Amino acid sequence: MVTPILPLVMSGAVVKRRSKTLLGPVDLTISQSGFTIIMGPNGAGKTTLLRSLHGLERFAQGQQRWQVPLQEARRRQGFVFQSPIMLRRSVLENLIYPLRLRGTKRGRATALARDWAQRVGLDDALDHPAPQLSGGEKQKLALARALIPQPDIVFLDEPCANLDGRATREIETILQKANAAGTRIVMATHNIGQAKRLATDVVFLLNGQIAEQSPAHAFFNTPQTPQAAALLRGDIVE
Amino acid sequence: MGDIWEGISAGFWLVVTLDPDLVEITLMSLRVTVTATIVASCLALPFGAWLAIRRFRYRRFVIAVLNALMGLPPVVVGLIVYLMLSRSGPFGVLGLLFTPTAMIIAQVIIVTPLIASIAHQAIRDIWAEYHDLLISMSTSKWQRILTLIWDGRRALLTAALAGFGRAIGEVGAIMIVGGNIDHATRVLTTAIALETGKGDFSLALGLGFVLIGLAVTVNILIHAIGRTERDGKW
Repeated sequence: MVTPILPLVMSGAVVKRRSKTLLGPVDLTISQSGFTIIMGPNGAGKTTLLRSLHGLERFAQGQQRWQVPLQEARRRQGFVFQSPIMLRRSVLENLIYPLRLRGTKRGRATALARDWAQRVGLDDALDHPAPQLSGGEKQKLALARALIPQPDIVFLDEPCANLDGRATREIETILQKANAAGTRIVMATHNIGQAKRLATDVVFLLNGQIAEQSPAHAFFNTPQTPQAAALLRGDIVE
Repeated sequence: MGDIWEGISAGFWLVVTLDPDLVEITLMSLRVTVTATIVASCLALPFGAWLAIRRFRYRRFVIAVLNALMGLPPVVVGLIVYLMLSRSGPFGVLGLLFTPTAMIIAQVIIVTPLIASIAHQAIRDIWAEYHDLLISMSTSKWQRILTLIWDGRRALLTAALAGFGRAIGEVGAIMIVGGNIDHATRVLTTAIALETGKGDFSLALGLGFVLIGLAVTVNILIHAIGRTERDGKW
């Protein structure tokens, strides 16, 4: 039995850049299961919060703790950036890369990569250079690359921004399958419809602070803050 | 005008008939420059990559010095290497002055900053692109360096070829430290300088054709490699 890496407990975390506070102080616990959606207007700190949870930001104050040592926790999580970063290699090589980092043998890694390419609909493009794919294909590849090492938790930063309906639906389907298979998901999005389709709970950010954190049905039916209510009505929230 | 035409045709003829002197000089040129390029690449490529990844206090200063060293005057490099290797110099006991080894040393000094600078820029660009991803995947330092070198291999090859292009056409330094000794340290550029001085334009032109041919080939290679990189960004 492998020790679960969650819950992740973040306490009093503050992220600053050039003495400007981007985030915090934030207290947040990521429980063992579910699909957390992070919402909030531009500049509210959604990206910074995700990057902090993943360990890409340095805290000015505060800390966070996984249930396993940090090195192990880092290996057991994935991140999908808003604009996907493609290695200058083929699609197949991009999928193999995270497995090879973990010491998986090339043959087994290739088999797994083919399987995942099929799941995200890229099996015809295995030998294409990844940087030449379309925006939606790149995002699907980035998603598959994050999921292929079977992480315990995946963070996604607006993975469907700039994508059309079909690509968005495909990505949502992949995410829901992964979530059903036990992968914890934390995702930022602007899209209220998408949040309603996917969320089990919602974190609502305003000016770098958590303004509201509640189960999805409660958040969407009876938002506690006027800003969240305005956002859900479709008003502009600044 | 007639002299020039005669020279050109005679020079062409020397190339076509593989004149023994011309072949010997060409091979010496290639031996010196290829060796120098390989040695310089072994020093410069890892250094360039390291400079792109590591953050340290005097990094900007080191990069500025490196870029300034690209414009190092070959004659001055030749002079300094000469002083170092001459009988009264610190390395005089090695007896390297007026040998191909001395020429290789001079060329290594001239092209290493060039190769390192181009390699640094290329690796820096890829690192800027990959940074968040490689951190996110919690790669080790070695895994990062290997990834960057592998994905930047075309750019690094371009850097090495640029170094070769500069070294093969260089005359000032190798003239001083090599001495342009017949059958010993005579290479294409020094031979052209000598034959032109003597007024023997046919051999000078023949050597010139070979030199231009080499330089053009190298530049076509750089161009071909560079373009595939732009097309696919990989």
